[in-house]
Amino acid sequence: MSNNDTILKVENLKTYFPTRIGIFKAVDGVSFELKRGKTLCVVGESGSGKSVTARSILQIVDRPGRIEDGLIELTRADGSVTDLAKLDPRGKDIRSVRGKEIAMIFQEPMSSLSPVHRIGTQIGEALRIHFGIRGQAQRARVLELLKQVEIPRPETAIDRYTFEFSGGMRQRVMIAMALACNPQVLIADEPTTALDVTTQAEILDLIKRLQQSHGMSVLFITHDMGVVAEIADEVIVMYRGKVMERGPVEQIFHAPQDDYTRRLIGSVVKLEKKAEVRLTRPEIPAEAAPLLDVKNLSLTFASGLKAVDDVSLIVRPGETLGIVGESGSGKTTMGRCLLRIYDPQAGAIAYRRPDGSTVDLRTADKGTLKEVRREVRMIFQDPVGSLSPRKTVGQIIAEPLKLAGVSGSELEHRVAELMRQVGLDPAWRERYPHAFSGGQRQRIGIARAIAVKPRLIIADEATSALDVSLRSQMLDLMMSLQDQLGLSYVFISHDMSVIRYMCDRVAVMYSGKIVETGETDQVVNNPQHDYTRALLSAIPHPDPRDRRIHKRFRYDPTLKPSGTVSANG
Amino acid sequence: MTDITNLPPDTGPSLDLRNKDIAVAGQWRLFWLKFKKHKIALVSLVVIIFMYLVAAFADFIAPLDPNATNARFTYAPPQMLSLFHDGSFQPNVKQLKMTLNTESMRREFQPDPAKPIPVGFFVKAAQPYDLLGFIPMQTKLFGLTNPQIGDSLYIFGADRLGRDIFSRVVHGAKISLSIGLVGVFMSLILGVTIGGISGFFGGWLDLGIQRGIELLRSIPTIPLWMGLAAAIPVGWPPLRTYFIITLIVSLIGWTSLAREVRGKFLSLRSEDFVIAARLDGMSEIGIIFNHLVPSFMSHIIATLTLAIPSMILAETALSFLGIGLQPPIISWGVLLQEAQNIRAVAQAPWLLFTPAAAIVISVLSLNFLGDGLRDAADPYESVS
Repeated sequence: MSNNDTILKVENLKTYFPTRIGIFKAVDGVSFELKRGKTLCVVGESGSGKSVTARSILQIVDRPGRIEDGLIELTRADGSVTDLAKLDPRGKDIRSVRGKEIAMIFQEPMSSLSPVHRIGTQIGEALRIHFGIRGQAQRARVLELLKQVEIPRPETAIDRYTFEFSGGMRQRVMIAMALACNPQVLIADEPTTALDVTTQAEILDLIKRLQQSHGMSVLFITHDMGVVAEIADEVIVMYRGKVMERGPVEQIFHAPQDDYTRRLIGSVVKLEKKAEVRLTRPEIPAEAAPLLDVKNLSLTFASGLKAVDDVSLIVRPGETLGIVGESGSGKTTMGRCLLRIYDPQAGAIAYRRPDGSTVDLRTADKGTLKEVRREVRMIFQDPVGSLSPRKTVGQIIAEPLKLAGVSGSELEHRVAELMRQVGLDPAWRERYPHAFSGGQRQRIGIARAIAVKPRLIIADEATSALDVSLRSQMLDLMMSLQDQLGLSYVFISHDMSVIRYMCDRVAVMYSGKIVETGETDQVVNNPQHDYTRALLSAIPHPDPRDRRIHKRFRYDPTLKPSGTVSANG
Repeated sequence: MTDITNLPPDTGPSLDLRNKDIAVAGQWRLFWLKFKKHKIALVSLVVIIFMYLVAAFADFIAPLDPNATNARFTYAPPQMLSLFHDGSFQPNVKQLKMTLNTESMRREFQPDPAKPIPVGFFVKAAQPYDLLGFIPMQTKLFGLTNPQIGDSLYIFGADRLGRDIFSRVVHGAKISLSIGLVGVFMSLILGVTIGGISGFFGGWLDLGIQRGIELLRSIPTIPLWMGLAAAIPVGWPPLRTYFIITLIVSLIGWTSLAREVRGKFLSLRSEDFVIAARLDGMSEIGIIFNHLVPSFMSHIIATLTLAIPSMILAETALSFLGIGLQPPIISWGVLLQEAQNIRAVAQAPWLLFTPAAAIVISVLSLNFLGDGLRDAADPYESVS
């Protein structure tokens, strides 16, 4: 049936989860073919069933889910064809496929490696199980694998434990494990989602190189269209358990047939340039007195980590300042210092009050701080954790108003107005946060932030928990509120595209320091600092015609004197 | 609002959240929905409610005065209640005929089928009593309709002095079940206050309190109780002894609760929504009562429910050892103490089994109930 090129053929796969009120069709009639030596990307937003599809192939779907129907035909090394869907999930046959013929790497390198075994033992396990290789032969093979995945000093790394490695290195260990038995197919389930963008580029590069040298087929699950454009040969786009479109990567990006694909690509491409509303906006005069003037701010944690190291920046009235940096760069800590959630040890945070006087927030007393916190507000990253699950939406939005002394029918009226302002139906005020989606919850958070008519909002990764199609909507909402209410934003993000879309100026943070700051266009198009250049060049570009992360610029902090180095890489 | 069309499709159990009822369901409603799935806990809840009702209405339910002795029926066996006599509906027990076994020198009782004693519902009691302590009544739930000399109604048998075991167990429930509640209430006050202080202020106060708790927990409980119970003056009135005993059994119980509260305090304080409330300008006291307490209330209820059985068992153990409650107070522990000798167990096993069954059923039910409550305590786990 299938031609010689096809190594894995999935036909009409259906994986269902029975629930109390019916059957949830996580995967609903998915078909695709994986060709020898090629990369097939499965792309979709959260809950589209892409991960369940991958797990169904190896029959490791979480209970109570199970494969209802469909074919999963694997052409084995000896030329025979096996239907994996028919195998017993706990049987011997499927176990001989797992790891040996089809290997899998997962999203969380932290939890997919055992913390109590040495790296070498964990990689060696697959060798022992499938080939019976033990002792010195096993060690030699593991060393070779560690070399292949470019772990530095493999002779010492082999005897280390998981916690001694950074996220990127752990993912390399996972890949080494997956490669141990020379599998024909590698399933990678969001392997770079938990990693920083520069680390992601390294891992994508590595997978590509290994694929070429081993002749593997790769089934790559991701939500990131940029990654798809960089690595895919073929793409399937999933939505709510169904395949919306499948085809070569060129077609998906440049001639999408399906409506959903078109919208998805549209929202990705939209974030590739500055927002249109910002192009036409008059420039903010550079000489305007700054709203916030931070000078030499420093915070050292009790552990000795210099989270914020001599940071200086200004925010002008009405502007959006982006703070971009990778995890561990201190950007969130810095943002929290501005509101005195953390107490910085040195420096000054001069905030200009509406009456023209300035206060130093670093040394401000409780009373002043309370007043200023009405003018400077915060939007949180996590739309789940930042809303109390025990309060209705109306109560959540009303809380800052009540504390500001608003009551009675005026309170009701204000809450309804705020809900309308952020695009929520005021009739939903009696509902609890669990009844809302991530995007809607983030809107509730925004409503709470703008309730007391603030002047400055610190938005900490406000869009990173959202799917890409919601991201630009959220940013558009924030910008329209900015224009309506005359807000300034400090917008903290790890995502350069989001920064580019809405920020007027940007400050790049790296290990607690600001390494570069300037107009967004200037920083993006003509970065001065090597780190900025490395960061920008590592971002996957959502255009398969312009693959460039393999040509990226690498930043090596050891070449220049620098503070503490973040543990990523 | 365009993102409604782009809602991330829900996975698994949260599907039903689009349901309108659940959208407006608060914490306690979700708690109940989750609790309802735990069938054993649900059954246990019914059993527990039933037992506490029995305890509350003990005077009405117990057919006899628990302290009334009757030398004629020493160690009388349980009497079977039959519903029919001569083919017609007529609840009755058979009269007991006593013979003296000269060989074993024991009284032996034989029901005499020819002599039914009619049993009725809502009969007039021998003595008036006050239901719940303030409603004067003279009606019992059931009893002999026309008691004569020589008639008896011992459905669970009689003890050494011819007292009705059933009535005594029902009256014992009053003390044994309430001692758990009162003890837990004391634990609650001590635990929440001390644990709250520990978690809220932190620093050396926290350190001191935590070390103190560890010290308390390292003391073997039975010797500690014995020591404290021995210090109770013999001449004290029973009611005061009762309160001292509850104080003693709750002395250990509060420590686990204090730890629970402290842990919840610490983990909740760094939650984003608590930080958000602080930024809104809410005072620390406001945060505690508006955000922290509602968040761990359900956990506390679950922990408390699980603490009640240990209180009941502690009282039973103390009374059994003879250092807790003393006759004439009736508790399940006191009843067990009377069944301590082997002769009683061999000759009248109902002395042992009736109170023991009451203890086992109530402790098991409370444990199951507590498990169910604990599982439901965080209804948002699966939701978010």
